[in-house]
Amino acid sequence: MLVFALAGWSGFFVMAIELLGGRILAPTFGNSIYVWGAVITVFMLALAVGYLLGGRFSMHAPSLRRLGTLLIAAGLTTLPVVLFGNAALDAIFDRVNDPRYGSLVASTLLFFVPTAISGAVSPYAVRLVVSTVDASGKSAGSLYFVSTFGSAAGTLLTSFYLVLLFEVNAILVGLMAVSIVLGLMAVLFRRVAP
Amino acid sequence: MLALVALFACGATAVVANELHSERSLYRNIIVYEEGSTRCMKFGRQATGRQTCQSLTEPDRLVFDYTRMMMAALYLNPSPQRILIIGLGGGTLPRTLQKILPTARIDAVEVDPAVVRVARTYFEFVPGQYTNVFEEDGRVFAKRMGRQRVRYDLVMLDAFDHEYIPEHLLTREFLLEIKGLLTEHGVLAANTFASSRLYDFESATYFSVFGDFYRLKKANRVILVRADGLPDRDELERNADRVEARLQPFGVGREWLLPLFAVESGWPKVTRLLTDQYSPSNLLNGSF
Repeated sequence: MLVFALAGWSGFFVMAIELLGGRILAPTFGNSIYVWGAVITVFMLALAVGYLLGGRFSMHAPSLRRLGTLLIAAGLTTLPVVLFGNAALDAIFDRVNDPRYGSLVASTLLFFVPTAISGAVSPYAVRLVVSTVDASGKSAGSLYFVSTFGSAAGTLLTSFYLVLLFEVNAILVGLMAVSIVLGLMAVLFRRVAP
Repeated sequence: MLALVALFACGATAVVANELHSERSLYRNIIVYEEGSTRCMKFGRQATGRQTCQSLTEPDRLVFDYTRMMMAALYLNPSPQRILIIGLGGGTLPRTLQKILPTARIDAVEVDPAVVRVARTYFEFVPGQYTNVFEEDGRVFAKRMGRQRVRYDLVMLDAFDHEYIPEHLLTREFLLEIKGLLTEHGVLAANTFASSRLYDFESATYFSVFGDFYRLKKANRVILVRADGLPDRDELERNADRVEARLQPFGVGREWLLPLFAVESGWPKVTRLLTDQYSPSNLLNGSF
């Protein structure tokens, strides 16, 4: 059950960050179509890499504890966006003249790592819930459902409501906090019931 | 049902009859049409909001109240030599300013290349000798000019359409960047919405950057500020006299403009500022 919660939250987390990513880049590179193009490209690439690595990672002593660690890592690697985001964007703006490549570089620098780690969550979680080869498709299907449903929820809540209530950085900190708390729960759960 | 069909057919005919051009650009649907003796551009087929209108019989005459009110910027600084216009529309503002101030150097910035083409083709927008058009995001342009230490005597913000606000162009940080672009007596004129919940947020945000500001209000609100503080009534009137003859061909003058000047006030003290961190302008501008 906790595995599903982690996968669902991870989906929420990724899409919320992606939407805020466009927001974070706009003051420096505008909100033209290519800025969104850059953000989405980087998120897709990062997820692709994450899927691959998550699958590999699941081959070695898979555990709920390690899955929790992935969420904590994704949360922590988002912290630089809050701390150094503006400084990084300014530096890139000064060095890259074309805002298309500027937004691509910025988006890579700020969002690639946490998104790749989040991408690793789903395949890793599949490994934990699959009990038999026969049921593996069903398990994977349920996991995709939860994860993508989480993404839809993250997109909707962030764009409709959260930006109306909170500052971008406050939302980021909130997202990180939930990731870390859920991650810790997974880590501790493993210890309580080995 | 029949009535509905009839209404629909009627509407469709009316639109087709005088539509000159329509195209889907990267950002919007652009429609150019003629209605009576005016030619207009609107974004979106259903939209009632007209972006630009030009009189076919008196092409210089400013059709919209807001474009006339924007000219009131000259009452704060009657002879700007370097001008930045963010948001082109049909090119009314640069077309007018390059006639009023033939030696002024004008930079016009428009994010949508299709709008620039339409302005040239359908609204007689021919950039003069000292006018440059830049097809890029207004904020990116302003930031770059800031880095290059370019300064303007007049900045005009006209990047909002009737229902959509580029949210990164309505934040405290953006206004600070614009403030940094102004010369000692530099003026900012901004075309903004006059109603909706956004109004107070916008007032508070402008005030936080510039202090007191003049507003001229009709269907739109034009906000006017000057880098070295607002001029008093006497100065406004003196400047109005200086530019009266030059404004006259465009159908605007002191008798109409001066009574519209008021210092904005009355928003709640606790109003939240719009910042790069908090800028849900479109949500606030809607009826939520």
